[in-house]
Amino acid sequence: MTIETAIAANRFGLGARPGDLDRMGDPQDWLRRQIARAEKPDPVLGALGDTPTVINEIFELRRQRNEMRKAGEEFVNEYAKTVRKHYAAQVLARYQHAANTDAPFRERLVHFFTNHFAVSADKQPMPAIAGLFEQEAIRPNVTGKFADLLIAVEQHPAMLTYLDNQRSIGPGSRAGKAAARRAPERNLGLNENLAREILELHTLGVDGGYTQTDVTTFAKVITGWSVAADNDVRRNGADAVGTFFFRSRAHEPGTQRILGKRYPDSGVNQGVAVLRDLAVHPATARYLATKLARHFVSDVPREALVAQLEAVWLDTGADLGAVANALVAHDACWAEEKQKYKSPHDFVISAFRALDYTPDKPQLLFAMLEQLGQTPYRPGSPAGWPDTADDWGSADALYKRIEWAGAVGDQAGTRAKPLPLARAVLGPSLSPGTIKALAGAESGGQGLALLLASPDFLRR
Amino acid sequence: MLDRRTLIQAAIATAAVGPRLAFAKADTEKRLLVVLLRGAADGLSWVAPYGDPNYAGLRGQLAIGAPGASDGVHKIDGTFGLHPAFDWLAQRFAAGDALAVHAVASPYRERSHFDGQDALENGTATALGKRDGWLNRAIAPLGGELGNETAIAIGTTTPLLLRGETRVANWAPSRLPGVDDDTLSRLARLYENDEFLHARLAQAIESQAIADDAGNMGGKRRRGNAQQQFRQTLGQAAKFLTAENGPRIAVVDSGGWDTHANQGAATGGLANRFRGLDAALAEFHKGMGATWRDTAVLIMTEFGRTVRVNGTRGTDHGTAGAAVLVGGGVRGGRVIADWPGLNAGALYQGRDLYPTTDLRSLCKATLIEHLKLDAAHIDRAVFPDNTPVPVLDGLFA
Repeated sequence: MTIETAIAANRFGLGARPGDLDRMGDPQDWLRRQIARAEKPDPVLGALGDTPTVINEIFELRRQRNEMRKAGEEFVNEYAKTVRKHYAAQVLARYQHAANTDAPFRERLVHFFTNHFAVSADKQPMPAIAGLFEQEAIRPNVTGKFADLLIAVEQHPAMLTYLDNQRSIGPGSRAGKAAARRAPERNLGLNENLAREILELHTLGVDGGYTQTDVTTFAKVITGWSVAADNDVRRNGADAVGTFFFRSRAHEPGTQRILGKRYPDSGVNQGVAVLRDLAVHPATARYLATKLARHFVSDVPREALVAQLEAVWLDTGADLGAVANALVAHDACWAEEKQKYKSPHDFVISAFRALDYTPDKPQLLFAMLEQLGQTPYRPGSPAGWPDTADDWGSADALYKRIEWAGAVGDQAGTRAKPLPLARAVLGPSLSPGTIKALAGAESGGQGLALLLASPDFLRR
Repeated sequence: MLDRRTLIQAAIATAAVGPRLAFAKADTEKRLLVVLLRGAADGLSWVAPYGDPNYAGLRGQLAIGAPGASDGVHKIDGTFGLHPAFDWLAQRFAAGDALAVHAVASPYRERSHFDGQDALENGTATALGKRDGWLNRAIAPLGGELGNETAIAIGTTTPLLLRGETRVANWAPSRLPGVDDDTLSRLARLYENDEFLHARLAQAIESQAIADDAGNMGGKRRRGNAQQQFRQTLGQAAKFLTAENGPRIAVVDSGGWDTHANQGAATGGLANRFRGLDAALAEFHKGMGATWRDTAVLIMTEFGRTVRVNGTRGTDHGTAGAAVLVGGGVRGGRVIADWPGLNAGALYQGRDLYPTTDLRSLCKATLIEHLKLDAAHIDRAVFPDNTPVPVLDGLFA
């Protein structure tokens, strides 16, 4: 077994399970196979339902709650209860899948892009659909063309709701003119939020060379991109409540100019055309190449690596599978030194996998991630979670990991066999200092705590 | 029997780095709490210019009423009033130890939260202007060796404002079970050759000891909704700032101020946030006790919000807004503003409150006149590109 085996499992993947390193074979082949083939569907994820069904259910409950509230009746808040139920199920399924998947490199890409396109569960009704957004918009698209991923994301009801686009109305559209006549004081109209974040966070990056005018114009282009409501189904020909719906009445008519290029009005396709161009824009290539290199390899990635990923991005028309393979092929990704301090999310998943543990109590899972500083699907802003040791490595955050490691050790008690376990999951990347500490531990439980809190396990 | 703190200290002291543990008293009796409102808190609701002839018209359903009206502002002067949710803060204005600065903005002139916050915290006009925080640079003379931190961030992560070369402490309440001392000692040895982890473990143990000493809160009972938790956070900040040999400066984050939709006026979403902030500040005031006379609280946000209401009964990212300074030594009871007015021609880019005061003038005043830091140091190292901008003077007694 070589050091590359341990690196493939722990740096590219989500952390080794006991036995993984022995079974892997050639590390690069193992990684490339995960990119070449989609995983077979996981029934745990499949049982979560889909966004339209869940939206239908919770919006109906919300309507009933509001009626009861208006009538002043005593009521049980079934809406809030149901949102929490979906949230718990989606979080549990996500971490169960991560603990057990045989394609952990692919799964890391899923988590990376879910965070890149963050919808945060601190805004309703995101808790009920953030996990479904990951399953529907992100998971099927992480090794295809970035443009397809981008379009799936920006047309998903979660993103349209999270960044307020479902209510954005073109001032020159039929709906906009009608609203101005009927209710001028409500000033119904354009909302720039989604357009701005697409440019700033999803594609070009904040230094990507766009202007405030580009933001406003792009916001006009995607007016009408919305989520189907009841009357859209009854009267406007939408398929089902809670699906993407292009509301042509709200769409700003006319040709628009963005980043110097003209986009004639082609309804929904006007926005699609802009997204396709943004996906292969040089600023997008640089921004995503940097983020990927930072995520997988180092807080300060080498320029040669970023440049290579950027070149592949541009040469392949932003083929994410090709970019992932370029990462696998690059020497900088195989440096022996562990340069990444794990995020709490990475830390917890790698501990689950090392312990061959499948979480089964959503409240416990939720509480531990919250305490360690990374509440599931809840980064608090559309920028997603940060990704450097500066962000995660505070003294207090380290102390909480140690407390958590101690609690895990206590649970395992004398059953734990820390040194063989450490060798099984860290392989040749296990350092002499950690070996010495584990060998001298006073109990299996303490040894396990020391392993989880060791420099070897806190980094990847 | 050795207590836990002594035991762990001994274990760490034997390790290579061997730091002295215990916050040493910084060279000042003054205390500073900085509250960062993330998401761009709406200055025109917070400190409402009810007396501006264009305010009610432009703000429409989001306008806060004049003093005396039902749900009207707490009157500060003939132009400005405090949002009605701020009962405690209004008392401080009446008592003369709170002031607001209006039409104030950092020099950042775009409208991204993330860049705006970075600029606010790094003290320059752009997100990448500096990689460290202005408060970190400012406190360099006060000391910040391991075990000698002048400042503490209360929260899971340290905000950029406090990040940089000067070492600062960090603490957040824990609901996890404690870890036993023998395991901590062994980890201290395991981290011996790992400077990053070793330093952090030492610091964490010291913070834990203060939090435990301070009324045995330990933070283990952190419960309730976000607003109740924020109140507990400020209560904890007071414990750190009043601890003997504790830190002198604390920074806390408050999120959720990005009111694009259904912002509300005297009641509603934003009003609830204001009420929570007010209750948390009251908790802090109570916790500071007699030390309040040496304390200043600076409350600021990355930028203001649009003057007009948007299509979803909220407001979008704007430019100038408000900031508040409150504390025992503050000469308050007033609003400081070179008020540009809200008539159409006076708005920044036709949409935002025009910035007339550089927020850094307020920060500078706090550093120089409250913390008594050397003005030349501030000009040289803290806000080097802001030298010509005058310090707002006369803010402190």
